[in-house]
Amino acid sequence: MASLDDLKKRISSVKSTQKITKAMKMVAAAKLRRAQESAEKGRPYSDKMNNIILNLSNGISDIENAPKLLSGTGEDKVHLCVVMTSDRGLCGGFNTNIIKKAKQYFQKVLDEGKNLKIITVGTKGYDQLKRLYGDNIIERISFKDSKNINYFDADKVGKIVIEKFEKKEFDVCTIFYNQFKNVITQIPQEQQIIPLNTSEKDENSSEDNYEFEPEEDEILSNLLPKNISTQIFKAMLENSASEQGSRMSAMDNATRNAGEMVDKLTIEYNRSRQAAITKELIEIISGAESL
Amino acid sequence: MSEEYSVEIVNPEKSFLSKDDVTEVIIPAFEGEMGILKDHISIISFLKPGIIKIYSKSGEESFYVNDGIIEFKNNNLSILTSLILDLKDIDKQKISEIQKSAEEELNKSGINDQEKYLLDQKLEVLKSIN
Repeated sequence: MASLDDLKKRISSVKSTQKITKAMKMVAAAKLRRAQESAEKGRPYSDKMNNIILNLSNGISDIENAPKLLSGTGEDKVHLCVVMTSDRGLCGGFNTNIIKKAKQYFQKVLDEGKNLKIITVGTKGYDQLKRLYGDNIIERISFKDSKNINYFDADKVGKIVIEKFEKKEFDVCTIFYNQFKNVITQIPQEQQIIPLNTSEKDENSSEDNYEFEPEEDEILSNLLPKNISTQIFKAMLENSASEQGSRMSAMDNATRNAGEMVDKLTIEYNRSRQAAITKELIEIISGAESL
Repeated sequence: MSEEYSVEIVNPEKSFLSKDDVTEVIIPAFEGEMGILKDHISIISFLKPGIIKIYSKSGEESFYVNDGIIEFKNNNLSILTSLILDLKDIDKQKISEIQKSAEEELNKSGINDQEKYLLDQKLEVLKSIN
């Protein structure tokens, strides 16, 4: 049995850990509100963008000559995966969930004998993937320094992706991120951004005849790169809300666990204290009796 | 008959502006300035750097945009742009910052004609504001 002193030390160390997790939970809760707000505010832009692209791609008559970003290279050999994770740990299963989803996809791609290239966004993803897929990682990006998620960071990632596409370094691009549902649930998502998935048609968009200025193709080739940045930006916003939500619930759990532990240790401490007192009393009494 | 329609400007961060008493919007479309009145045919176009002017019942407003796409449909004008600044409370410093980065970009080698054209446009507009 641990001595009284040891127990005392353990109780105080658990208590100070609890203080930290509690503070982290509070911070995460405050950040979550902000992240959620900006995720919601960012939605109209990406929705509208999506709508316009759908309208445009419906209007395109010459599928053969459609921009490559829309129709793909016609091949399916090299897959590029953009795995978006957080820069900080202590957020529960947040990063692990994305990585798990991504790894499944990697396995599928490799099993089919295709080439795999990975871009990691956020340091945690890189840490978890470098051991198994170190050779496949062609780029690692981190936005540790920028406080808020802004469009220009997303644009940077988008430009890297497009540059690589234009150099014909890959055929299919998929992004992985966590979609924010609520504080407890975040759904890991895989979303193909090149070639663009236009099969999901909007009901109210099909019958409109638009006038285009300049030509459709020209607008599309201008719009598609922007759409990629927009999709990445959307993913980043969802991700940051998910990260904070996940951290909040993880820290909430940790705080509760620490509380339980303190209770248990306190009982143990009191018991052994009483045991020691009883032992001393018995010694005194039996000493007095023997006189 | 009323001559008003609604306009919405969104940038990636938020919905920037939404109005439903607009009578005319002048936009710097890629192939030249374009004025949009009520019952315009459905149109999709994209923007070059320039000034958007919005005339409404409550007055006239002007914004600087870097780029963007517009969609007009059923008397709804949506403008999507990555950077938009209100000319009323414009920050001189910010303008000169953009101007500087555009100049740097222009001096880089290996830009194509279209990029050059866009950057020239940008500088011209920025100079006129400043």
